[in-house]
Amino acid sequence: MQHDGSALLQVRDLKVHFPIRQGVLQRQVGAVRAVDGVGFELARGETLGLVGESGCGKSTTGLALVGLIEPTAGQVFCEGVDVARAGRAAALRFRRRLQIVFQDPFSSLNPRQRIRTILRAPLDIHDVGDPSSRDERVIAMIERVGLRADQAEHFPHQFSGGQRQRIGIARALMLEPDVIVCDEPVSALDVSVQAQILNLLADLRSELGVSLLFISHDLGVVEHIADRVAVMYLGKIVETGPRDTIFSSPRHPYTELLLNSVPSLDPRRRHKFQASSIEVPSATSKPSGCAFRTRCPLATAECASTEPPLSPRDDGRALACHNR
Amino acid sequence: MADTQLRARRFRLPKRLRNAALLIGAAISSTIILLAIFAPFLATHDLAAMDMVNRFSGPSFEHLLGTDNFGRDIWSRLIYGARISLTIAIIAVTCSAIIGTIVGLVSGYFGGWIDLLLMRLTDIFLGFPPLLLVLAVVAVLGPGLFNVAASLVVVSWTEYARVVRSTTLSLREQNYVQAARALGASPWRILLREILPNSLGPITVLASLGLGTAIVWESALSFLGFGLPPPAPTWGWSLSYGTRFIRDEPWLSVVSGAAIMITVLGFNLLGDGLRDVLDPRHKTRG
Repeated sequence: MQHDGSALLQVRDLKVHFPIRQGVLQRQVGAVRAVDGVGFELARGETLGLVGESGCGKSTTGLALVGLIEPTAGQVFCEGVDVARAGRAAALRFRRRLQIVFQDPFSSLNPRQRIRTILRAPLDIHDVGDPSSRDERVIAMIERVGLRADQAEHFPHQFSGGQRQRIGIARALMLEPDVIVCDEPVSALDVSVQAQILNLLADLRSELGVSLLFISHDLGVVEHIADRVAVMYLGKIVETGPRDTIFSSPRHPYTELLLNSVPSLDPRRRHKFQASSIEVPSATSKPSGCAFRTRCPLATAECASTEPPLSPRDDGRALACHNR
Repeated sequence: MADTQLRARRFRLPKRLRNAALLIGAAISSTIILLAIFAPFLATHDLAAMDMVNRFSGPSFEHLLGTDNFGRDIWSRLIYGARISLTIAIIAVTCSAIIGTIVGLVSGYFGGWIDLLLMRLTDIFLGFPPLLLVLAVVAVLGPGLFNVAASLVVVSWTEYARVVRSTTLSLREQNYVQAARALGASPWRILLREILPNSLGPITVLASLGLGTAIVWESALSFLGFGLPPPAPTWGWSLSYGTRFIRDEPWLSVVSGAAIMITVLGFNLLGDGLRDVLDPRHKTRG
């Protein structure tokens, strides 16, 4: 599915800073700038893959979107309406439209609740339908994600990791959301099970027209499922564009580095690009100018003084680099 | 934290005997509870009936555990004493557990200044020497079943508050709690449906250990004359009164003391056994 112009979800200049406090008075001495000005758009039915190495802020972005972390700054628009300014009732409605699937299928289900109870909770909380019809919806959803109806009475420990992740997806789908944030949904699973879950997500997406914000460090997985890709480095998006464009001709040196680090069987995929340093700068004291310049082979004096803006290029991508 | 302290202080049984501890503890506690419940049917004599001819008699068919200084039947007084001790202990433990759990849940979940306030309040209660605090409360309220129970609540709710707070702190970060938050669940719903059910293990362990502790406290208060006043057949008072004759007739003190000891041992074994069953972190250690 392609970008049709009308953004379902629009994120502008999202920032999440965690204060570092020290001393008896707990004075703020600095901040971890986990997410430092992230912006993107998500169209209905579209899948945006958010990639980057550990600690680049991709998960934090997802958690801030679903309201689990309070953003420091930034705006989120849902169909053009600023969510933060729309009031409490609208904020609750927005929560209903935006759901999350977690990485760890083991800690994401309450061990003391039956699957039926877990899947009913979203309906109970938002008072959807009459109470008697809720169980029917639960059963329908259980079967939809590929489990058996009688498994509704089971407890989480009776399921495998893949099955638990199906339950996690079912829970996210119970409220018929418009967007699902998938926070590394398959990285805790075996490769064979990963494929099953990815196919399930792809089926549900085309069937229900739900948009996915697919957060992952696994480029192979993202290439499989995403329509568009956004590459994050140290709290910022450095390159974004249609999947094929990004994967076949990466322009940002960091994207190139990432793709290069994937072991590939395809010789045409081999890039002749090496980072000059493996060391990732800390999010508390980022380099001046372009954050990637300490590892970039193309870095110039300009990179140290001014930060390159994420600017649109002619082939549908946006890029934050002075030299490409 | 609280766990390791408790572990260091408490005598640990060898691994092979752990489940035996649970069984023995459960057997002793349930026997005592049944004796207390059916005391009216099991008592062989009227509590106040004096038999001055048979003072300080040893066990016999007439008096199963002998008689005291007024010739009253010790067996009958003992099982009625169990009623008093257990009633006070159960009331005290239930109220402590409820108060402590609510404080712990709220403190751990909301954090920030609420946590600060509630935990400093807990520290204030912990700061007093417990015996003085209990005596002060009884002195103010006066003797009586509920007043004694209330005085025990004052010193024992803090333990529940601290333990529940620490489990809440760790459960709060669990993904299923995060998931409930993302769904828009209210804090009360999260506390009652997601966090509380997963904290019940430690609370149950504390409660069964707490019953033993409460019985010791109740006996101590009675011993000191701050419990239920005579002629209530409290174990503590019997023990204390028996010491007056301990040189010549140690029986009364020995029986009362043994009753306290066996009961407390029973609840402690039960609590230890439950901990091993309910708390997986302690299961594998020998």
